[in-house]
Amino acid sequence: MGVEARKPPPQLALKLRRALGGKAGWNGVAVQLVFGAILAWIAYEIISNARTNLETQHIAAGFGFLKNSASFDVNQTLISYSGSDTYFRVFVVGILNTLLVSVVGIFFATVIGFVVALCRLSPNWLVSRVGGLYVEAIRNLPLLFQILFWYLAVLAALPAPRQSVSIFSAFFLNNRGVIVPSPLAQPGLVPFLAMLALGLVASLALRSYARRALFAQGRAIRIWPYVLTLLVGLPLVTMLVFGLPITFEFPQLKGFNFAGGARIIPELVALTVGLSTYTAAFIAEIVRAGILSVHKGQMEAGSSLGLSRGATLRLIVVPQAMRVIVPPLTNQYLNLTKNSSLAVAIGYPDLVSVFAGTALSQTGQAIEIIAMTMGVYLLTSLVTSAIMSVYGWRISRSLGA
Amino acid sequence: MKRVTLALSLALAAGLSAQAADAQTLKTIKDRGMLSCGVSQGLPGFSSPDDKGNWTGLDVDVCRAIAAVVLNDPTKIKFVPLSAKDRFTALQSGEIDVLSRNTTWTVSRDTSLGANFTGVTYYDGQGFMVKKSLKVNSALELNSASVCVQTGTTTELNLADYFKANNMKYEVIAFGTIDEAVKAYESGRCDVFTDDSSGLYASRLKLTNPADHIVLPEIISKEPLGPMVRHGDDQWFDVVKWTLFAMVTAEELGITQKNVDEMAKSDKPELKRVLGTDGNLGEQLGLTKDWVIRIVKAVGNYGESFDRNVGAGSPLKISRGINSLWTKGGLQYAPPIR
Repeated sequence: MGVEARKPPPQLALKLRRALGGKAGWNGVAVQLVFGAILAWIAYEIISNARTNLETQHIAAGFGFLKNSASFDVNQTLISYSGSDTYFRVFVVGILNTLLVSVVGIFFATVIGFVVALCRLSPNWLVSRVGGLYVEAIRNLPLLFQILFWYLAVLAALPAPRQSVSIFSAFFLNNRGVIVPSPLAQPGLVPFLAMLALGLVASLALRSYARRALFAQGRAIRIWPYVLTLLVGLPLVTMLVFGLPITFEFPQLKGFNFAGGARIIPELVALTVGLSTYTAAFIAEIVRAGILSVHKGQMEAGSSLGLSRGATLRLIVVPQAMRVIVPPLTNQYLNLTKNSSLAVAIGYPDLVSVFAGTALSQTGQAIEIIAMTMGVYLLTSLVTSAIMSVYGWRISRSLGA
Repeated sequence: MKRVTLALSLALAAGLSAQAADAQTLKTIKDRGMLSCGVSQGLPGFSSPDDKGNWTGLDVDVCRAIAAVVLNDPTKIKFVPLSAKDRFTALQSGEIDVLSRNTTWTVSRDTSLGANFTGVTYYDGQGFMVKKSLKVNSALELNSASVCVQTGTTTELNLADYFKANNMKYEVIAFGTIDEAVKAYESGRCDVFTDDSSGLYASRLKLTNPADHIVLPEIISKEPLGPMVRHGDDQWFDVVKWTLFAMVTAEELGITQKNVDEMAKSDKPELKRVLGTDGNLGEQLGLTKDWVIRIVKAVGNYGESFDRNVGAGSPLKISRGINSLWTKGGLQYAPPIR
């Protein structure tokens, strides 16, 4: 019978040499070590020199200022904040405002981008030209001007608070923003949310069970009546038992502005519209390229199976196109996040505006504050691209590539 | 992006140049043949460029006076327009030699920025401007108002203090530059625009219908505005400080742009000392004997500069008020030149 293959000798040292030094072997390793040491030394020199120079110039240094109270106000905060809070809280307020505009912007940019791309690919002459016009007009104008345009256009078109456009006396539209009734939590809220969550989890479990049954045994199970009962019926019953989960506080005109209610400030609207329409133009081109990269035989195969154009796109073409779309799409998401720093031009309190702007000039600690701000953008970008990588990897895997 | 460039240049300047601390600003300027002066991005009366790009204003005159004593030419100046939030970084990084940009003197700025204030060119205070149509007569009626302000200023801090102290609510919208803030105010985004009161009068001139807006009577803060230099160069600090004092002294002694040559021939001991025909006070400062003559010839005395830029002879028509000489009941006072 067969002779057992001889095991190769252990090659740990060889492998290590190859990994670290490449073709140059141990010499390469030595060169890399020296190079690393020189880099570290330069970094050390710069940092220690900066420290001594700041000290001799009597410029305050270090991160102690984060504990001092900021004593200025911010007009949109997602967490409670007042002038007596610390600079660190200003930092967090700024991050949250930046994340808010980025997430909302990314959502709308993606939706608009996909719609415009499908328009451009449409066989209808008019629709495809309108899509083309959108892309060419939007992506060839500087973003800053578009944001300023939206801001000034939005403000110019809206009336003063005392002449607000009122919808059912509950929603108001004026040049201070959109004022909506704000929800107030009631005792029934907790059981309501708990039941809603329970319904969601149960529906998801049901769906995955039905899919497994479909793929494994070819049994099609109708689940929508159960899902409907779980998602609507269950919370409804809870509401009957525990009472309304929330009530609304309606805004009322008091003095100069509305009191009560929640408000979406026009700066946020203008910035989101500007960022998402601008990025959407680029996303549209990426999506179009991705869809065109799928062989047209796939489209024809879909229609020969009797699928509608929409269903062919949704079920066959787009999933294959996503492999091409995701990497450049990630770039656009990162661009949008970084471009949100243009907020300072229209007075939206994002991270750059409140922290690298106001806080910096109140404390004068440029190096620390700019470093922290850059750190936040770097981290946000890395997290975004990590999420997108995972998504891309899952798509590739599901396509068996 | 300017802010990042500035910060990086600051990091580089701090990291790489070992002599940053004992900089010899006076010598550097003489070698360069050009004074680099940080000014505002356009505040009529204090520093603003005209249609030919010539800078004028009270703060600009300070730059011109310094250029006159150091370089004997009030035009050898590079004006660097700075927003409120970029100004200190520009000074720290050495991009400018002196910051003459309606900057309020406070203890935290004097101590933590690595810079020194050299004196007060204008005693100001913060006020509010509103549309007449709102029928508001006092700042205490501003509860729940939206307020436009320039970011990175003491104004922003005073505003928070004032509304808190008076138990009033407000919404602040902070803009990067004064022009953006004024534009938002004019478009109706805010009910109120707040700034140093001199700045309010200056900004009101830029509005389409200045007569539709009023400045409320309340002055809610002390805003002594003055030039700044980097910490650690005492000689340069003295030059800038005494240039200001010389302007005030010239007004006190009645030395004007017109009569300065005649005054130089005078026998009065004080005039001889100040105008350099006797003694060597100018040389002790590292300048020339005729330093005061150069200043007055370039920009006139403090009173002349005030009238021409913000006072009766200007569109702003601000009265001297507390900026009068101490002999006339104001606060402008210079230590003796002797």
